[in-house]
Amino acid sequence: MIASLAARHSWFEATARARLAGLLDPGSFSEILPPAESNPSPHLALLDLPGAFDDGVVVCYGQLGKRPIFAIAQEGQFMGGAVGEIHGAKIVGMLRRAAQEKPAAVLFLIDSGGVRLHEANAGLIAISEIMRAVLDARAAGVPVIALVGGSCGAFGGMGIVAKLCSAIVISEEGRLALSGPEVIETVAGVEEFDSKDRALVWRVTGGKHRYLMGDCAMLVEDDIAAFRSGATEFLAGWSEPVPSVAHLRAGQQTLENRLAAYASYRDGLQVWAALGVAEPESVPLLDRDALVALKEGLPT
Amino acid sequence: MSLNDILDSLFPAGHAVNVENKVITGEATTAQGTVAVLGTTDAAAIDHAMALALSAFILDTVEQHPGRALVFLVDTSGQALSRSQELLCLNGSLAHLAQCVDLARRQGHASLSLVTANAVSGGFLSFGLMADRAYALADAQVRVMDLRAMSRVTKIAHERLVELAAGSPIFAPGAESYVRMGAIEAIWPEPSAGLLEAALAAGGLAAPASDQRQNSGLLRGGRQLAAGITKTVQNAACGA
Repeated sequence: MIASLAARHSWFEATARARLAGLLDPGSFSEILPPAESNPSPHLALLDLPGAFDDGVVVCYGQLGKRPIFAIAQEGQFMGGAVGEIHGAKIVGMLRRAAQEKPAAVLFLIDSGGVRLHEANAGLIAISEIMRAVLDARAAGVPVIALVGGSCGAFGGMGIVAKLCSAIVISEEGRLALSGPEVIETVAGVEEFDSKDRALVWRVTGGKHRYLMGDCAMLVEDDIAAFRSGATEFLAGWSEPVPSVAHLRAGQQTLENRLAAYASYRDGLQVWAALGVAEPESVPLLDRDALVALKEGLPT
Repeated sequence: MSLNDILDSLFPAGHAVNVENKVITGEATTAQGTVAVLGTTDAAAIDHAMALALSAFILDTVEQHPGRALVFLVDTSGQALSRSQELLCLNGSLAHLAQCVDLARRQGHASLSLVTANAVSGGFLSFGLMADRAYALADAQVRVMDLRAMSRVTKIAHERLVELAAGSPIFAPGAESYVRMGAIEAIWPEPSAGLLEAALAAGGLAAPASDQRQNSGLLRGGRQLAAGITKTVQNAACGA
């Protein structure tokens, strides 16, 4: 156990570039519009804020298990991974290219609070364009896999984008939601959502909860190699469905059923008990393998 | 302006629209034929129930009225802010709604949205901005966040933001910014059957095969960089 822990390379703590280096086949990373060929955001410069030459996102070509893939990796350590004009346009370009060139998949390493407020309108519109481009790539038959496990999670418009992807692979440390707990606390009060109660935040937005509820397809360890094998395993068993009414009807039914059953709940503990987990309070303590075994044993 | 006044002005030939839990669903008569009318009113903060009511109505329309145009009326203050909503993955229900609008487009339903009062962040993303074309009434409030809240979050002085907003559609709230940025087609001085007919006719003639908002933003001078960067990424030589 100690040896495997020592070998682990945390996804949560890694930069976007380090995640890509460990995710893709060695030597296959080929960046498009690398920092040397691009410029920092002029909108941030106007506000006397430091920019980044890649504007906080890396887009690249690469291979996963020798199959050609595209990857998009947001850098949570720059402006919280938030989407500005350049950042968004790079993502849109990669997704549109995927719809044309049809790689085996797009891996979307989401680590973002959503819209970059300093470029608010540009960011919101870019996220709308990303939403359309994800669905266009999928309609062209290209799976788009969201990988969520960074320090900024997937929030705001990027939470919506994550749920438009073919599937989400998440770690226990990953968080997925729309409004951040801090925003809800500011607007609705600390009684509504205490953003400093980290255990509560994880029971409402965290990877284990999203996996148990079926909002994320896979739960993996906080380890770059685990994300790599998770994405590989998911893609091996997946063929992208043609968009259809029947597919969305089924999704509609699932969402209506669970809203009817769980609308009054305010804590993951309540949902897990209702899902059939015998000891919901033990869930936060379970390791990844034990949680996956628990989920697979739940009544469907 | 009340919803009924807006509906009467847009659809003088008749409308039958139901409003429940701030969600609008129904149909109306236009020169282009019967259209589906749907959306939200009273600055709705979109929650699961609202999103699912809208998505169900879109799926019904696709199944029962193939090709019928969708007219979205948008009045949303954003997403519902509560722990119970987030617990059930509110972003998932908004994504589902967006996916239903997208499916309707792929099945040949033209769509347009009209911002009647407010269009804010997540609520706007999930349906108004998913339509083929968006329009706004002259006094509509379109934004991510107002400048005071933005000042608190970004720690940039409010006066500085107000000063910069005067010349920058990149972050200045308002429908006019969204026109210059390419996301809103035009601002209507008032709800008008004539303008709606013209917009529906334009949509019917040339349903956009692809998302043209970056190009519009470039042509209108509001978004100078996005179109070029997306093209560069699409065309760059890469890899093997």
